[in-house]
Amino acid sequence: MPLADSILSRLREIVGAENVLTAEEDVIPYGFDGTAALKQRPQAVILPLDTSQVAACVKLAAENKIPVVTRGSGTGLSGGSVPSEGCLVLCLVKMDKIISVDATNLTVRAQCGVITAAIDAAANKHGLFYPPDPGSMKISTIGGNVAENSGGLRGLKYGVTRDYVMGLEVVMPDGQIARFGNACVKDVAGYSMKDLFIGSEGTLGIITEVLLKLLPRPTARRTMLASYARMEDAANTVSAIIAAKIIPCTLEFLDRMTIGCVEDYAKIGLPRDCEALLLMETDGHPAAVADESEQMLAIARAHGAGNIRVAQNDAEALQLATARRSAFSALARVRPTTILEDVTVPRDKLAEMVAFIAEVAKKHKLLVGTFGHMGDGNLHPTFLTDERDVAEMARVHDALEEIVTRTLALGGTITGEHGVGLAKKPWLKRQVGDNSYALMRQIKHALDPQNLLNPGKIFD
Amino acid sequence: MKPSLKLLDYSILQQCMHCGMCLPACPTYDATKKERHSPRGRIALMRAVADEELPLSPAFADEMSYCLGCLACQTACPAGVDYSNLLETARAEVQSAGLNQTFTSRLWRAVTIRGLFMRPRLLRFAGRLLWLYQRLGLQTAFRKLGVTKLLPKDLRRLEPQCPTIATQFSPQLIRPIESPTKKQYRVALLTGCVQDLVFSDINRDTADVLLANGCEVHTPPVQPCCGSLHAHNGEATLAQVLARRMIDLFPPAQFDAIITNAGGCGNHLRHYGPLLAEDATYRPLAKIWDTKVKDIHEWIMEQDCRAPRAGLGDLTVTYHDSCHLTHGQKVTKQPRELLKLIPGLKLVELPEANWCCGSAGIYNITQPEQAEQLLVRKVGHVIGTGASVLATANPGCHLQIARGLRQAGSATTLLQPVTLLARAYRAEKKSA
Repeated sequence: MPLADSILSRLREIVGAENVLTAEEDVIPYGFDGTAALKQRPQAVILPLDTSQVAACVKLAAENKIPVVTRGSGTGLSGGSVPSEGCLVLCLVKMDKIISVDATNLTVRAQCGVITAAIDAAANKHGLFYPPDPGSMKISTIGGNVAENSGGLRGLKYGVTRDYVMGLEVVMPDGQIARFGNACVKDVAGYSMKDLFIGSEGTLGIITEVLLKLLPRPTARRTMLASYARMEDAANTVSAIIAAKIIPCTLEFLDRMTIGCVEDYAKIGLPRDCEALLLMETDGHPAAVADESEQMLAIARAHGAGNIRVAQNDAEALQLATARRSAFSALARVRPTTILEDVTVPRDKLAEMVAFIAEVAKKHKLLVGTFGHMGDGNLHPTFLTDERDVAEMARVHDALEEIVTRTLALGGTITGEHGVGLAKKPWLKRQVGDNSYALMRQIKHALDPQNLLNPGKIFD
Repeated sequence: MKPSLKLLDYSILQQCMHCGMCLPACPTYDATKKERHSPRGRIALMRAVADEELPLSPAFADEMSYCLGCLACQTACPAGVDYSNLLETARAEVQSAGLNQTFTSRLWRAVTIRGLFMRPRLLRFAGRLLWLYQRLGLQTAFRKLGVTKLLPKDLRRLEPQCPTIATQFSPQLIRPIESPTKKQYRVALLTGCVQDLVFSDINRDTADVLLANGCEVHTPPVQPCCGSLHAHNGEATLAQVLARRMIDLFPPAQFDAIITNAGGCGNHLRHYGPLLAEDATYRPLAKIWDTKVKDIHEWIMEQDCRAPRAGLGDLTVTYHDSCHLTHGQKVTKQPRELLKLIPGLKLVELPEANWCCGSAGIYNITQPEQAEQLLVRKVGHVIGTGASVLATANPGCHLQIARGLRQAGSATTLLQPVTLLARAYRAEKKSA
């Protein structure tokens, strides 16, 4: 049902006419996020400028039973911000102010639309550090990161977005504004409500402002790249590093297919003639970094590393990390459609899982590139396919089914950092079990009885 | 090149997996924060047109025109999307559908793109008339008397931006064949259109740099336009005509390199292969041509450019990357390395050096507001470096930023890297 003119004119009053988009040419580009093959044209796109505008829009939508899908830069990888049918899209990228950096309490307060990399850049000016660094950090918004509980390359040592959220301002499904948490390191007053909203994928409330924890910035960092003739050797290197009581900030791997694509894009001299590359980084006090990196290099050599490249300066280190961050998009060079998975297994099952993925791809005659966070057990097998080839897409679905089944059998999860959204919805119940699934739905119903916020995501 | 988005190989559209990595690189997205004004948003619209989900509408035409075509998204795109091809195809389709054309815009197009820029002798004649008008003081007089106010609105806005035409054009400064003392290479020098009328001295400097590095320089006095203006503005057929004329004038097999010193032309020149892909006669020649076209900085650094023995005194220089040199041709290190060869020259990095200055071909004419915002941003950064010289290597950027610096009252001069190098070589002779 099209939006009534009275609702559109009310929305224009709230956010200003230039921030209400309804023309086809304006709304088509909001019909998707970073996920392949999912597309739905929204009725209208609203670009609010502050929390009170978001609240007024949500209240209006609730009164008129119009579904609302919230998005930031639309870089999500599970379809979480793909519009629902007949919805209004609230795009929060214009709420992009950093409100304050508190160098005494080590916190930063920011509006939800601030770009993730800008949070760290603001912290950096005070010698501070915001560690979560999802692959899309140059454009993803902090609100989206919190809503999806995004990970990144530094998860092994520094954790994920959740570990840095101290407080949230949230617009509830009825348009009321609620605030949770504070700048206290300790706070056990009542339920930890902020934790309910972190990773809730826009289904429980709309995050409009965040209070984040910062850390002192590490003074030294060393980045190393090792190549291997066998994937197991890379995995064994990772296990041995952790067994040696070293927690590096980054242990990332790329397989042969991914290496080729990344090198085609970045042209930084990655070796193409190996089965695996391991990107290792340690940071902290200079003495600790020197000691740990020497040990890591020795362990890598002992486990069959061929070429080892140590970044000579910050620029080279950044280049290597940026190359890894571009892995997913670079894989899109090979075939028209790129279907990215996010399965995660306990660390000690990683080598087994990587081998299984290769086997499944071969069995179903599919091209797959695999990369990911070896230190976290978080894998990104990426199917390189063509959405218009029906027979091949059926094989992709069969292969995914087998990978998910094995992941769950190994005690893993269907998604480590991308969220359930639309893409992982079919498997959620199988992973969490009937009772937990029912409880999630009860929580959703309690907070959003009209099912208007991001309906159809996570579960039906 | 295909005439419509629907006939285009669909996988070029599919190549975009809408990851959003292009958004922070796009000046129009940065300015508006609206997806429609981003590369992936525009590709979504193009795909909707190809899928027949969106008609070719005036708003679609506007959007294709609002894109700077700076190609910063191509540098940012890990997936390797051929945005340049998509944009040119979309613009050609908009053009042939006759969308958004007013009488003035049609007249303007007939005079410039279809007229002057198809006929090099006529273009020089028009340039000479303009030179006379400027030389005889008519420009100043007309402005004082307010005669320029009688011009149509578009021309009135452009009149003050009109560059000063050079007293001598390229053929008066460069002989058809010039030989170095020790010949190692045989190269062709493309003199360009705006470059020839306004910056013929830079063509002379380019020839001097080539001669100092063992190149025999072939510079035919009358050369066609390369067609980049046409291709960027939806005139694919005319671009093909001009490409064939170029290949006829410079048989690519006869030269070690075909040298261009204008970033915007260069990017178009090295893609004649795809442009003439459907032309059985010219396709093989175009393929060779594409491998022979070299940007002057790229070629000269490949040949281990000889460092000048004399410098130009203590000079602080900063460098602005022209979009099509850096994002189109991927020539970024070479101009900087070239500058660093000059004794006494200190190169300071310009913040956002590869962010578009707003010139973007004729964008400053078609989209003056957005172009002005970008110019102000660029000039602010240039002044912030404290450099006394801004070096850049494209006539469009040169004119645009020089105008911006003048408006801001800055004393920073604008010179091209080859000019600085040629002056250093000349200084050798003086000191010897």
